[in-house]
Amino acid sequence: MLLSVLSGFLLAACLPVIGKQIKGNLSILLSALPVILFIYFLSFIPGVANGETYHFTYNWVPQLGINFDFHLDGLSLLFTLLITGIGSLVFIYTSSYLKGHVYLDRFYGYLAMFMSSMLGLVLSDNIITLFIFWELTSISSFFLIGFNNDSEASRKSSLLALGITGFGGLFLLAGMILLGYVTGSYSIVELMGQTELIHNHPYFVLILFLVFMGAFTKSAQFPFHFWLPGAMKAPTPVSTYLHSATMVKAGIYLLARFTPVLGNHEYWNTTLIIIGGVTMLYAAIHAVFRLDLKGILAYSTISALGVLVFLIGLGTDDALLAASVFILVHALYKATLFLVTGIIDHETGTRDVSQLSGLNKVMLPVGIAAILAAISNAGIPPSFGFLGKDLIYEATLHYGDWAIVLTVAAVLTNICLLFAGFLAGIKPFIGKLPQKYEKLHLPSPLMYIPPMILAGLGIVFGVLPMIIDSPLIKPVAAAILNTSPDFHLALWHGWSVVLLLSTITIGGGLGLYFILKPSEGLLAKATRFEPISPMSIILRCTRIFESTAKGVTYVLQNGYLRYYVIAILTFLSVLLAYKIFKGIDLYVNFGKLTEITLYEAIVLAIMAVSIVFTVFTRSRLVAVAAMGIIGYSICLIFLFYSAPDLAMTQFSIDTLTVILFVLVLYNLPKYLKLSDTGSRVRDGMLALIFGGLISLLTLEVLNEPLEREISAYYAENAYTLAKGKNVVNVILVDFRGADTMVEIIVLSIAAIGVFSLLKLRLKSIEKE
Amino acid sequence: MKTIIFKTASSYLLPLLLLFAIFILLRGHYLPGGGFVGGLIAAIAFVIHSFANGIEKTRGIIKFHPGFLMPIGLALALIAAIAPLFTGGALMTGLWFENPVPVIGMVGSALFFDIGVFLVVVGVTLTIIFTISETI
Repeated sequence: MLLSVLSGFLLAACLPVIGKQIKGNLSILLSALPVILFIYFLSFIPGVANGETYHFTYNWVPQLGINFDFHLDGLSLLFTLLITGIGSLVFIYTSSYLKGHVYLDRFYGYLAMFMSSMLGLVLSDNIITLFIFWELTSISSFFLIGFNNDSEASRKSSLLALGITGFGGLFLLAGMILLGYVTGSYSIVELMGQTELIHNHPYFVLILFLVFMGAFTKSAQFPFHFWLPGAMKAPTPVSTYLHSATMVKAGIYLLARFTPVLGNHEYWNTTLIIIGGVTMLYAAIHAVFRLDLKGILAYSTISALGVLVFLIGLGTDDALLAASVFILVHALYKATLFLVTGIIDHETGTRDVSQLSGLNKVMLPVGIAAILAAISNAGIPPSFGFLGKDLIYEATLHYGDWAIVLTVAAVLTNICLLFAGFLAGIKPFIGKLPQKYEKLHLPSPLMYIPPMILAGLGIVFGVLPMIIDSPLIKPVAAAILNTSPDFHLALWHGWSVVLLLSTITIGGGLGLYFILKPSEGLLAKATRFEPISPMSIILRCTRIFESTAKGVTYVLQNGYLRYYVIAILTFLSVLLAYKIFKGIDLYVNFGKLTEITLYEAIVLAIMAVSIVFTVFTRSRLVAVAAMGIIGYSICLIFLFYSAPDLAMTQFSIDTLTVILFVLVLYNLPKYLKLSDTGSRVRDGMLALIFGGLISLLTLEVLNEPLEREISAYYAENAYTLAKGKNVVNVILVDFRGADTMVEIIVLSIAAIGVFSLLKLRLKSIEKE
Repeated sequence: MKTIIFKTASSYLLPLLLLFAIFILLRGHYLPGGGFVGGLIAAIAFVIHSFANGIEKTRGIIKFHPGFLMPIGLALALIAAIAPLFTGGALMTGLWFENPVPVIGMVGSALFFDIGVFLVVVGVTLTIIFTISETI
């Protein structure tokens, strides 16, 4: 199991090495991986259908309770099948779609990475690993959206997508940690048993908020939906795979997975119904006004995700069943439509729906796939979509007081979705073929077979619902409901209100399709509201954030060393002064101090004179030399108090410092611009205050009882344990050797920094 | 600073100071000294030489860029640190040869660690000083 999850990462890691060889016609071989995984996960169907769940544990960081705990139940199984199944088709499709692309190997690497992350996400039982895989999907999505990295729009969109989903991911992490804190467990299976505890905990609302933020950003819910249309800058296979079939459903998966844990609570249901409802209507209406095929599909995807959130929000058995079915329905028809759009784009070079018509005459198989998908999307019998839609109406109709409002919202959404589906799936293929497209030919079968398979399944599952009823859908609903439900999918439910609603939907959608012709004018009308859209508002907020950050950075990181030193010293002085004058009883025990010897007095006198020189001299060299004398005097004091190691080191360091200063000063212009009296007085005051505080601190430390345990330990064990008699050195190279190791690494980094900064500047000067 | 006396003295001082630096390095385990101070002294030796004869001459003596001493030193220290892992000890456990080596005395992994520190310090100091005096 671990291997199956990680295999994509392994493949991605191998590709930089073997990619060059495989880039040509062999690239289709890479599709073997998702196909094998698909078959592997298919083999779990009989077991899962019998109500079994599989659990696999691999230790990772057991100390922190973070392990690779994989849990396979109906819900995970449905998602793994979608991921590997659609993944296989997308892999195959890509080998032809991006044939001969320079970075094809890179593309497959990202795709494989994504597939693994997504598998890990839906199989994780441990919520921390779930989060890690969650973020990995965001990261691979970032690479895939920005795949055409020479286009600025692509780069911007990918950054936006990463920003939104990554931002939400952090909320999710916080939510997961809180959940772990509240329940003491990071395992979803264990969390399910503690619903009562979680619901009554004061943090429940916070957890709910955090988890929702994660799910809503990932699944493009209002008001975070706007990254998804931007993500359509990615090559079409990516849009198919990530941004309609799998990744954007991660949020849905999360909500479904946590329904038994957090669900069935007033807040949970209300929030999800409102957000899901707003999203599905808002996006569906938006979809109607788009001209770009991928734009239409993007908004209808958002709308579909809204429907799913809405259904999970309803939370009744009917609704959750409808959600389970709709996940599959949507994945099948939307992936088909995306793949078809890719073919249209690939062959005609345009995605403007008002330009396209009659393509059936040149690419019939593609047209058939598209039309079948549009039918499933529209919910026209006998498609699988019809089944899905019936279940949705069934769910809204039985939702107590609000049934009518919810049903109306669902019907309106579905009418718009039907229109969008027809626009994307039927409009380009029927009618008169424009002259310029007459020479088009059918693309490689590698490209049109995958959408045909998906579209075909959409009809087969509709006609014969029993093939997926108990093996697949029932375990999914069971996992979400945490009980085993009793139902049977069927195409025909008899004459009922639901059927009437379906008819209204189909009628309304068809009516809209014949009345409304896509045009520039409609698009312009829709874009008029741009300034008040969530996207502009959030982007404006980020801009304010950016400029504030810039301002703050400018104040704090102004590049003047003197201000940094002032800031550090002021802060330390205030902190020290507060602590010293607030909490400590100040007194100096003069009896404890030793007498001042003659040597010490002389050294101190030398230091005093040097300090006066340093401060008042008008020559830089004198100032530096005087500083050196102060340093040497301190070495002498170290020697008096028997610290020869320290004295020696200090001595060498001071020598080198003076040399460095001289080197730099030697090359500076001769005249001296001394700082003005004001700043000198200010600096002097600060220095006096800080020095005074440190002296006070030192005197106070003498009053504290000395902890001699540590130094005694080192002194005793230096020879027995480390065979050295010089305790200082033994500490450096043995007892605290790891510290020394890090220090020399830091030193090296500093040297590299100096070297590269100076040399780099030299080079840029040379260029001019 | 290119007086004849200083120049002549510097060419004698260099080997002497380097020997002194190594002496300081080796005695560190028992008496005041160690890799860090030793490295600084060695660096000072080269700096004095470069003051007297110009950096080009000093570079001629070292033959390679002093920056290369950093990775070598780091590698040596790292090897000394992880060597005990292969004999079953914890990281940074001291490993010692059974018998003392003439002149140097007991030799163990701590000594190699110290030599690593020594090389890194020489490399870092010389890289910084050479770069600054060359570019400014």
